Parts: sequence; structure tokens; C-alpha cells
Amino acid sequence: METMRERFAAVTTELLDHDPRLALVLADIGADSFRPAAARHPDRVVNVGIREQLQIGVTAGLALTGLRPIAHTFASFLIERPWEQVKLDLVHQGVGAVLVSAAGSYDWPAGGRTHMAPGDVALLDTLPGWTVHVPGHPDEAETLLRHAAADGDSLVYLRLSAHRNDTARPVEPGRLLSVRTGRRGTVVAVGPMLDAVLEATEGLDLTVLYAATVRPFDAAGLRAAAGDRPDVVLVEPYLAGTSAGAAHDALADLPHRVLGLGVPREEHRHYGSIPEHLAAYGLDGAGLRARIAAFLR
Amino acid sequence: MTTATTGRRPYGFADLPALMALMTGDEKHGPAATSTLDALWVLYDRVLRVGPDTADDPARDRFLLSKGHGPMAYYAVLTAKGFLDEAVLPGFGGYHSPLGHHPDRLLVPGAEIASGSLGHGLPLAAGTALGLRAQGLTDPAVWVLIGDAELDEGSNHEAIAFAGAAGLDRLHTVVIDNSSATHGWRGGIQARFAVEGWSTATVDGRDHEALHAAFTAPHPGRPHAVVARVEPKN
Repeated sequence: METMRERFAAVTTELLDHDPRLALVLADIGADSFRPAAARHPDRVVNVGIREQLQIGVTAGLALTGLRPIAHTFASFLIERPWEQVKLDLVHQGVGAVLVSAAGSYDWPAGGRTHMAPGDVALLDTLPGWTVHVPGHPDEAETLLRHAAADGDSLVYLRLSAHRNDTARPVEPGRLLSVRTGRRGTVVAVGPMLDAVLEATEGLDLTVLYAATVRPFDAAGLRAAAGDRPDVVLVEPYLAGTSAGAAHDALADLPHRVLGLGVPREEHRHYGSIPEHLAAYGLDGAGLRARIAAFLR
Repeated sequence: MTTATTGRRPYGFADLPALMALMTGDEKHGPAATSTLDALWVLYDRVLRVGPDTADDPARDRFLLSKGHGPMAYYAVLTAKGFLDEAVLPGFGGYHSPLGHHPDRLLVPGAEIASGSLGHGLPLAAGTALGLRAQGLTDPAVWVLIGDAELDEGSNHEAIAFAGAAGLDRLHTVVIDNSSATHGWRGGIQARFAVEGWSTATVDGRDHEALHAAFTAPHPGRPHAVVARVEPKN
């Protein structure tokens, strides 16, 4: 089954051929996928080696000259390791970039904590101006990547994962998509969590919204969908509760309830597989159903 | 020596102390400010092909002040060269002033980067050199000024190694060495660059002719580093 990351490599390679403003900055990870692109565009495909502070600094430097840079590596090394570069070289300098991560929260459980970054979106929430896309399917990743590449000098984080849904949804950047309508509350499934949420809410009288963009948060979309039953469960494939503040803000003038489900803050210290980790986090169908049903009775 | 005009008598190097004296409140960084004064002047007066009229020209030379601490000398030189009005200097550090104790590129005309946190300028300069090259702008020079203590930050060494390997020959680094690095640099600062394939020179950072000669030395195919030694901070 095709991964989002494979699609990212194919689409970026094509975009580099057609958009002379686009550049790609790598830090070894993923470099094999971009060998043809690097051969065709040696000045716009840059691999700095295993140097992530430099990766973000170079990305920002390219942007200072007017290019539209894309930087790609694992989320741990793209957001967490060069965090001050993200804050200062990109945001404080006032330049844009597209940061495309892989591996996310739990994509390589056997790799352990060093390769897990469930806090990436929460970290970006401490900075202004970021658009954060969390696609759940390679087709969605392509749509969001193409949008980001052409989106002026904006700051975009595109969070790719090996965890994916079976089918793509017709996502629009920035908009919640209604997947199912019910009367007893609303569940917002983010990116790869949709299939498990649909399984978990089968037969329950609940609205299910799908978010492939979480920042800016579609407050109007949530507000409209929640209607006169503003009880909301968020199911996110990163740190639990990351979007709870945004959901509370969207419903601030109403009595409302929000439950934030996602990856726990505690270190897990198990290896194994993605399904084992999702089950351990309570993010598989059964775990979600129990918690959603208890909250939205 | 050439000077810019701002509608008054052209400013010269001798005017810089008076301009710097208009800025008060950051005396803690006074030594940091004066350590850069001569190198900044020689660059802006005789080397950099950029002025207020070309500050947005894609083909301009870029100067990135990485060592943002003690920016009084930088602001004084920008004033002398017409980027800043002398009238803004006394407001230095004030709420409505464009001039902070660390520069902000969105507030200071002529400032290519915002700095203050150490170790950011050289990676940004490497990216700038790559970006210009990718757009066929092979003539503009990219300059970055760092300090010998700033060199402690590991991000510099990421950039030094990469720039040497990539042969970024439009990239230039000035290291102001006022012996302020806590653990020093055994083997010398210049060696850190030379071992990665940079062209290097070490000169008296108060000697304008020596600085100019080092700044303009040819360095085909390699980035260039000039270590400008000044009196020790302590």
C-alpha cells in the first residue's frame, strides 16, 4: 500500500520540475527518494547531512532570497531538535517554508522514544502563523502538499504518517469535513484516526467530523456542526488534548464539554507495532468506543 | 576613504564614536560593540556593494550580523551609510524604537537578519548563498559576522563543515576574536575553517588596510573566513 511519504517524494519531484521557486532541504533522511530530483536540480535540492539546525537555517536562508523551501525529515528532528531555529530562523525572520515530517508519534514503535514526536503540533502551537496539515491518506497528502507549495510565503507544517485510512476524503485545506451526522455529540477525527473513529462510533447517534487541517482550527465548522449539543470529542494522532484549547475557543460562548483523546504524555517504553501502540493508547476502535460512549451518553 | 551622504556632511569613521554615544542603556555589551567597529566600517565603506538605494535589490551583497549582542557599532555604521537616520539613535532600546539591544530585520532598515540568540547567522548565510546560486545570482557576496565566543554554538560547526564541502565560494565569514570564548580555541579559530576547506586569513581587527586586504583576497571555489583579532574583552 502506498505511503504518504512515497507520494510526497513523487509529487515534490514533479513540483521541482515545474516551479523554479521551489527548493528542497534534506538532512540525509529521505535523500534516497530524491536522487532523481537532486540530479535534475542540484542547486535546489540540498542535502546538508545529519545537521538539523543547519537544515532549518538553510531553509530560512533560501526563503530570505525569495525561494519557497520545503524541508523534510522525521518529526523529532524537524521540529524538536532544531526548535529554536524553527522559532527564530523561520518565524522571527518573517519568512515562510513548508516543513514536511514523517514518523510522527508512533510510526516506528520499534525505534522507541527517540523517533517519536507526539508533541510536535503542541510545540508549533506556541508560535504564531503556522498552518498544520495532518492528512490521513496519500491523496490528501498530495492535495495539501500542492496547496502548501503554492501558498505564497506561508508557514506550513505537513505531518505525514505511515498510519493511514483506507480511503481518501475530499479534503479542503482549513476546513472540517462532515463524515457522519448525529444528535448526541460530535467527534472530530484528525488525519489517520478517522477509520478507527468511524469503527468506534458505528451505530452511535454522533456527528463525525474529519480534520486534515488542524491549524488554523476550523472553529466555525465545529460550531456549526455541534449545533445545540456542543459536546465534543477530539481524536488526534499526537499528544492528547493538543486541539482542546482551540475547541474550547470555538465554543467559548456556550456551555460545552470537550474531551481530548490522543497519544498520552507519559513515556510508553514498549516497542512492537503501530496497532499495538494504538491499542495501548486507547486509540483503536474498541478503546475509542469505550471512552467516546462514556463521554457522549 | 569614501563616505555616504545623508544631506549633511558625509560621515566618516571618526564620526562613529559620537554616533555610538547617542545609544545608551546597553553598556554591558560595550566591549562587544566596539570589537566589531573597524571590521563593520571597512566592510560597509569599501567592500559591500549595498546601500540604502539597493537594500531590496536581489543582486545586492548581503551582510548578516549574527553576533547581535552590542549592536551599537552596527547601528552607527548603518547610520553613517544612510540606512538609518541619526535621530533614531537616542531612542535605542526604547518601546517605540526600531533599535533593540539585538537587531530585528523587520524593524531595522538594511538589517538582513534578526539576531541575538547566537549561532544562527552562519546557517542562514549558507542558505542565502545557496538561494542566490540557485537563482543564477552568482555575483552577490554573502557576509556573516560572528564572535569567537559565539563559535561555541554547535550550529556554526554544522555550517562550516557543510559550506566547505559544498564549495560555497560566495560565502564569507568574519570572526571577531576578542578572546571571549570561555574555553578558547586550541589550534586557533582559523584552523576550524581551514580544515573544512575554507580559504582563511587572520588579521589585526583594528588595521583597516589589513582587514580590507583579507576581505578582498581571492578564494576561488571555496568559502572565505577572516579572523579579526582585537584586544581581549577581559
